[in-house]
Amino acid sequence: MEEVRLMKGNEAIAHAAIRYGADGYFGYPITPQSEILETLEAEMPWETTGMVVLQAESEVAAINMVYAGAACGKAVFTSSSSPGVSLKQEGISYIAAGELPALIVNVMRGGPGLGTIHPSQADYFQATKGGGHGDYHLIVLAPSSVQEMADFVTLGFDLAFKYRTPAMILADGIVGQMMEKVVLPPFRPRRTDEQIAEQCPWAVTGRPATRKPNIMTTLELDSYQMERNNERFQRTYKMIEQNEVRYQEYYTEDADYLIVAFGSIARICLKSIEELRAQGIKIGLIRPITLWPFPYERIAELSKQVKGMLCVEINAGQMIEDVRLAVEGRVQVCHFGRLGGIVPNPNEVVDAFNSYFSDAKK
Amino acid sequence: MKEEIIIAGFGGQGVLSMGKILAYAALMDNLEVTWMPSYGPEQRGGTANVTVILSDAPISSPILDAFDTAVILNQQSLDKFESKVKPGGTLIYDPYGIHHAPTRTDINVISIDAMEVTFDMESAKTYNMIVLGALLKVKPLVPMESVIKGLKKTLPERHHHLIPMNEAAITRGMALVK
Repeated sequence: MEEVRLMKGNEAIAHAAIRYGADGYFGYPITPQSEILETLEAEMPWETTGMVVLQAESEVAAINMVYAGAACGKAVFTSSSSPGVSLKQEGISYIAAGELPALIVNVMRGGPGLGTIHPSQADYFQATKGGGHGDYHLIVLAPSSVQEMADFVTLGFDLAFKYRTPAMILADGIVGQMMEKVVLPPFRPRRTDEQIAEQCPWAVTGRPATRKPNIMTTLELDSYQMERNNERFQRTYKMIEQNEVRYQEYYTEDADYLIVAFGSIARICLKSIEELRAQGIKIGLIRPITLWPFPYERIAELSKQVKGMLCVEINAGQMIEDVRLAVEGRVQVCHFGRLGGIVPNPNEVVDAFNSYFSDAKK
Repeated sequence: MKEEIIIAGFGGQGVLSMGKILAYAALMDNLEVTWMPSYGPEQRGGTANVTVILSDAPISSPILDAFDTAVILNQQSLDKFESKVKPGGTLIYDPYGIHHAPTRTDINVISIDAMEVTFDMESAKTYNMIVLGALLKVKPLVPMESVIKGLKKTLPERHHHLIPMNEAAITRGMALVK
């Protein structure tokens, strides 16, 4: 039985990556996620597992190092916070176009611009709708606890390799900075070069005499070929949409109303729900764990059961667009959020619900 | 059992560390725990606070607007958090540097001269442990053994020789509460 530890979400990500057998981390410091790089440097995995930890000269350099490492079949990742993730978008698009597995961590802070160092969820659109150029998707995982910060490193890498597509952990300053109990995943050795060559026959691992060179490029000037490439990407996305939707429900069995929230905000809403239930309102919560692929089907089903939904996000209303797509106008879907790094407390959510749905108490 | 605590003061007073040691002690006691700091450009002389929740059941929100107990170590924090203590809750404060004492009568207000003891112990570094001792006397949330185990977890090995001094500070803090 693994030891129960107490640590910050950012620290959990670093420890989980070393234990996953990650081959490399490339990053650049930015609040509120610098503990990822700091913890990796303190742990010095290059002396134990052989994992590379490199503070690059910029976010752009870091993501391109990830691009190159991924092209070699290595398990590589980078982390940053909102302004830094914006800088990485070109590289992320290239990694997606190269059909390469990689993990990107965004511990979100308030924007736009340099914004604030305090928590935000305002990069939902960027993470789920593209971010960089071209028709691509990231698998987007939204952790709500320190345990999930650790678990989603494993899940993110596994999904990235399974589908040969980049995955993102979309966290925020709360779950990055908070300390909680966590059980870290067991240690597993880094893959050998032979194992990588076997697992990733597409990777540029040095050409043996028995095969043609693997060439990694995202440039294709033959538009018919580029269309076929895109169709292949889309088939992958379709498979991910069919197989990888994840969400968690709380008190939905008898719910007349529903809160939709992701990440740490879902935790705040759970406390609001305790209060609202004490007021006699049957209310539940659905927490999308994968923001892409999004749980449209389950939210559509729930929209036939409930009288109204409140979407709580610390942004001006981003996920609510996906919720409304799922609901197709069957019930009212309202938004509550704070902006600029302010995190609502549980009572503010209760008040917002009661002001939108004043009939609920009757 | 569930205890929702805010510890607030100046950066450099050891507010975050005190919360951390309390959180580790709770971990040693198999309680659920969250430790949520105010993070950012805090520095010595600025304000710092941390929300620590201890519970025997899973904890939902790590962010709160009302607390069972507030531990207040400067005027700014008193101004900010006195109104956030739940009716019937507890406010522990050090009057050192406080110009306007707490006025609420629906909560249990406890004044502790922790800074005086710090001068007496001739080590500024004991301050937060004196305050922790006072908190644990008022609210015996975790036993002393767990706090010592927590200290061992949070302090690097090279500082373990300081544990007896910290233990002494906690004991002096406990004695501050009549």
